[in-house]
Amino acid sequence: MNGFIKSTKETNKIVIIETEGYLNNEGGEAVSAICYEKINEGQNKFLLNMAGTKVVNSIGVSILIEIIEKLQEVDGKIGYYNLAPIVSKTFNIMGLTKYSSVFETEEEAVNGL
Amino acid sequence: MKKLVPVVELKLPILPNMELIATQTAEVIANHMDLSEEQSGEISMALIEACINAFEHSKTENNVFIHFLIEEDSLIVKVIDQGIGFDKTKVEIPKIENKIGKNERKRGWGLQLIQALMDSVEFESNGEGTTVTMKKNIKN
Repeated sequence: MNGFIKSTKETNKIVIIETEGYLNNEGGEAVSAICYEKINEGQNKFLLNMAGTKVVNSIGVSILIEIIEKLQEVDGKIGYYNLAPIVSKTFNIMGLTKYSSVFETEEEAVNGL
Repeated sequence: MKKLVPVVELKLPILPNMELIATQTAEVIANHMDLSEEQSGEISMALIEACINAFEHSKTENNVFIHFLIEEDSLIVKVIDQGIGFDKTKVEIPKIENKIGKNERKRGWGLQLIQALMDSVEFESNGEGTTVTMKKNIKN
């Protein structure tokens, strides 16, 4: 498992990916690799638990935009929870929140996605 | 007599993730200045983007210099590269609506993030390099 991916699990047909560390290009590619693999297996709902990610850059976040685009092709969704305030703000500025969802907790995310 | 402004200077080689050294320094300075966690995060994020721009777009292997000027009512951060420069007027403001589903490059958010997160931003650029000057005012 890539160092950025702390764990993956499935709950209610949602793939939950827990991240740890810096969301840069390598981190983004690690997330997209899992998402694309799961999409090929028929999954189309994803959540990122970003409690362990306090720092991001726009290159890593741009890869999340690519995942959102890919998910539109399979009528899928992605959401995020446990975001640090600056990560949440960055997602807002870049417009991710128009195409994906931010939740406070895992329970809220699993029920709300 | 005019009070001297304390300055912290960093010299970063262009290597992967060196921007995190700058953010760690920024956090120490933000703590020293008693800035809020929100302000500290905004400075760090803007700094990451300015460093990445300097690393990626300056098209040089020269070091990138970062100066933190600790003023009484603000923190000024200068990111200085010795690259080929750029014309800010030719940089498009990105919109996610224009990127999703349109075979468009998804990157190119750096300048928009820097401008959104800092109180003022100035760019000076010519064929010998670029200096990005970012200012965060201290909230009372």
